[in-house]
Amino acid sequence: MDTLKLRARGITKTFHSGRQALETLASIDLTVEAGEFVTVIGPSGCGKSTLFNIVAGIETPGAGTIAIDGVVESERAGKAGYMPQKPLLLPWKTVEENVILGLDVRHVPRKQALAGARELLKRFGLLEFAPHYPATLSGGMSQRVALLRTVLFNPGFLLLDEPFGALDALTRLSCQMWLLDVWQEFRASVLFITHDVREAILLSNRIYVLSARPARVLRVVEARLPYPRQPQQLASPEASQLESELMSLLLKEQQL
Amino acid sequence: MKLRKLANYGPALVLILALLALWQLYVQAGQVSPLFLPAPTAIVAALAHNWPIIYDNTLQTLLETVLGILLATLFGLAMAILLDVSSWMRRAIYPLLVISQTIPMIALAPLLLIWIGPDIRSKLIVVIIYCFFPIAVACADGLASVEPELINLLRSMRATRWQILWMVRLPAALPSFFSGLRIAATYSVVGAIFGEYVGAEKGLGIYMQRATNSFAIAQVFAAIVVTAVLSLLLFGLVSLIERIALPWYHGATYRRA
Repeated sequence: MDTLKLRARGITKTFHSGRQALETLASIDLTVEAGEFVTVIGPSGCGKSTLFNIVAGIETPGAGTIAIDGVVESERAGKAGYMPQKPLLLPWKTVEENVILGLDVRHVPRKQALAGARELLKRFGLLEFAPHYPATLSGGMSQRVALLRTVLFNPGFLLLDEPFGALDALTRLSCQMWLLDVWQEFRASVLFITHDVREAILLSNRIYVLSARPARVLRVVEARLPYPRQPQQLASPEASQLESELMSLLLKEQQL
Repeated sequence: MKLRKLANYGPALVLILALLALWQLYVQAGQVSPLFLPAPTAIVAALAHNWPIIYDNTLQTLLETVLGILLATLFGLAMAILLDVSSWMRRAIYPLLVISQTIPMIALAPLLLIWIGPDIRSKLIVVIIYCFFPIAVACADGLASVEPELINLLRSMRATRWQILWMVRLPAALPSFFSGLRIAATYSVVGAIFGEYVGAEKGLGIYMQRATNSFAIAQVFAAIVVTAVLSLLLFGLVSLIERIALPWYHGATYRRA
């Protein structure tokens, strides 16, 4: 009955360092439906990545519950494909070996894993790079490979933490369109983090706006642009209105 | 390509030849008795003349060196992993490792001889003490230098601690490991010779000692030349192994099938 991929309820997190306590998350509620593309935006340093690490199972929340596929479990690691800002490709492994990293962890037989990786690389136009070392790849290419590594590990639920933040504008745009392609292909549920409002509008079904630290959800908005999304849609009146609305909301938070 | 690489050694070669020529001239001009300081040509002659004996002793030293450095590598790696287990372990063990390097070998080597005897084992211990330290330190630094984000990525995949060590941290530490190994390789020959010098049946060290005692200085120099060549060869061998083991670190762009 539950079509929710992710339901996070009342998530809090406070970091302690000596006697100092840093309240980072103040009760976050967040859901991602199956197949939905949800983006979290917020001013920098607001705790987006902390929320993210909690969902990925790398950190434990101070309070609250997280259900993935309706199951509440404290050992969440491995239930989502996690992609941080840096591509973090291993320089001693070739592109295809990097893509199967998650399957190696799961002890999937190598032949089977490599076959899966090649199929994926072929489908998304990277097959020619399969035997290359990552040092030869451009920034955009590295991120694509990292994304495929994430997809191969768990195509159902992708956690993407500002994956295109370090790319130049043009590369970023082409990576964004490429991500939408991947998303549609696998009907993946995506939780995406960014501080780029236009990126959020271009990619998402729904957008959560977080406040400055300690973070809480300021607003949840739906981005009702038709699919397939195109960069030109950002120029449409609804998109522009949404952009200025979100922008002023964030700007107010940033000044605090 | 190969010629160009050789050309890199050109300046060093020219300098060495010039110094040798100066040396030769100095001795030939009668500035010093050839008994005290033999000319380079006399050293080459001594090397050729005594080659069968020197060769025999060299094999013994080479055996000690190679065995010693293999054991030192195992020991150094084990220490590096132990240092890495927890910060508590690091604080406990690191000072001991440093202290082990402050032991004056000139005092320890004769004791080893008394405790263990003049066979190969006492030499291996000297080589190990000389060589494990650079390997352990370099490797521990390499293990510690892995990006925390990368560790998090592996944890998000539910990798175990050992999987993270085996799949990510050890491979990432390999370039550092080889830097340490290169330093260790240059120490190792000297270590073995030192071990032999205080007492052995065979080896370049004891050969040098006997030659010195019988005032055959040209033969001492001949053994020194062999020592230097041996060290250089070991250094080159380690570099070669590194190039083969870490193609990605040396500019390879793709894996050959």
